[in-house]
Amino acid sequence: MTNTNDQPPVSIKDLTVAYREKPVLWDVDLTIPAGKLVAIIGPNGAGKSTLIKAVLGIIPSAAGTIEIFGKSYAENRRFVGYVPQRTSADWDFPTNALDVVMMGTYGALGWVRRPGKAQHELAMECLVKVGMEEYAHRQISQLSGGQQQRVFLARALAQKAELYFMDEPFVGVDALTEKAIVTLLQELRNQGRTVICVHHDLDSAPDYFDWVALLNVRLIAAGEFKEAFTLENLKTTYGGVMNASLAHFQKIGLPQ
Amino acid sequence: MIELLRDLIFDYTLRNVALGSALLGIVSGALGTFAVLRRQGLLGDALAHAALPGICLAFMITGEKTPILLMLGAAVTGWLGTLTLMYIIRHTALDEDAALGIVLSVFFGFGIVLLTLLQRSGNANQAGLDKYLFGQAATLVAENVTTMAILGTLALSVVIILYKEFKLITFDPSFAASIGFGASWVSVLLTFLIVIAIVIGLQTVGVVLMAAMLIGPAAAARQWTNRLDHMIMLSAAFGALSGVGGALVSISESGLPTGPMIILVLTLFVILSFTFGSARGLFWEWLHNRNRTLTPPPEVV
Repeated sequence: MTNTNDQPPVSIKDLTVAYREKPVLWDVDLTIPAGKLVAIIGPNGAGKSTLIKAVLGIIPSAAGTIEIFGKSYAENRRFVGYVPQRTSADWDFPTNALDVVMMGTYGALGWVRRPGKAQHELAMECLVKVGMEEYAHRQISQLSGGQQQRVFLARALAQKAELYFMDEPFVGVDALTEKAIVTLLQELRNQGRTVICVHHDLDSAPDYFDWVALLNVRLIAAGEFKEAFTLENLKTTYGGVMNASLAHFQKIGLPQ
Repeated sequence: MIELLRDLIFDYTLRNVALGSALLGIVSGALGTFAVLRRQGLLGDALAHAALPGICLAFMITGEKTPILLMLGAAVTGWLGTLTLMYIIRHTALDEDAALGIVLSVFFGFGIVLLTLLQRSGNANQAGLDKYLFGQAATLVAENVTTMAILGTLALSVVIILYKEFKLITFDPSFAASIGFGASWVSVLLTFLIVIAIVIGLQTVGVVLMAAMLIGPAAAARQWTNRLDHMIMLSAAFGALSGVGGALVSISESGLPTGPMIILVLTLFVILSFTFGSARGLFWEWLHNRNRTLTPPPEVV
């Protein structure tokens, strides 16, 4: 692996993030080991996206330190890839799928330098990996939700990162695309990369991921699924608003 | 026709008018593309109206109508208007449309007051400042055109240099921030360039209609293409053609204000583009829907 040494991919200490007076994340300590497929799980408003955005420096944190492979994010940002929520982009923007994937190379290019032939080829390869090569020159507003998500994934692949953050990669995609995305994420993991996803679906989480962080403003639990994904922890995470899902788990028994 | 071409080249006034209005069209067309894609079209409107008090104040302080000084005044109050707008949106419960309404009317109202005071002051030198309301291309002299050319070249150069970065912050600001391009100065710089585009056009188009020069060409260009670089060039072309066309009509027909004439020509381009534009023209859509035949989808077994 490229000099990312033995430091953990993500090490968060005492992280607090607030929108005005309201804390969205409170004193979060979280160290994520390398080579895992990690789910961040919690109810709406638990600060899942906020956690990712604070790590990536998109929103400021009120307190705490964040290290990526032992250094600040600004120093190690070249090792990190990001898939924002699909709705964060303007899908009516005048461009095609290939061009969006090419944006994954912008970070490595740095300021001012334009993408050239090498970036073009890399972007095409990444589109092939997500099965979207036929749509390379399709205007992005004409892509379905699932296809847009694949394009975003291809763009992240073009970042050639060691550590990926993905904000709800399965929202608004059909079952087939979901399977394809999971396979791809597992492939990345098998190559020794770390992939961290904000995830909503408690049912599929234990099948898809190896490691979980349960979050509700505070970090409730984190670790391998069989240690952290307990009924007790889920109840604490979801509090009084616990829904059909928990009843469901009680019925079928928690995954072993 | 030939005569007009000859005049464009050899007639001093006509040449300045044509050059100046082409320049303002190119710059506002190119930067308007970003304003429209970033949904900042109305911000441009508030900004242009907020420029009026700046023009008056610059004249009051210096007592001169030097174009660069008036532009500077326009930029300062225009920028102040933008900041006020941002502040209201961020720190009050008011929505963007209400905030725009407040900033636009307060700044513009103040500008009108200053303008009226100046007109009553008996200062002969102030004559012509009122032309900034609806624009007057005939007042363009070589000095104006030079100033416009310098500012416009600067603004366009920055767009060319930072094209990739501007494109990314417009399409996907979160991703841009994650790779380090999202620093707020990039966004501020782009807004500042939009201010320059507005300021360049004020003398010819006027504060009231300047926002249309930002929105119209870009909206028309979008109907013909699905590529950002093509959209920028096409928008600049539409801007230049409307600018020159409107300005020439206005100075040949005595006394018609230039701004409205430019906007009328521009409107023609916009209507044609929305109807026949190759990327999303309504006419093609209508034709397509009329001639379509529905084939039954394959049976699912």
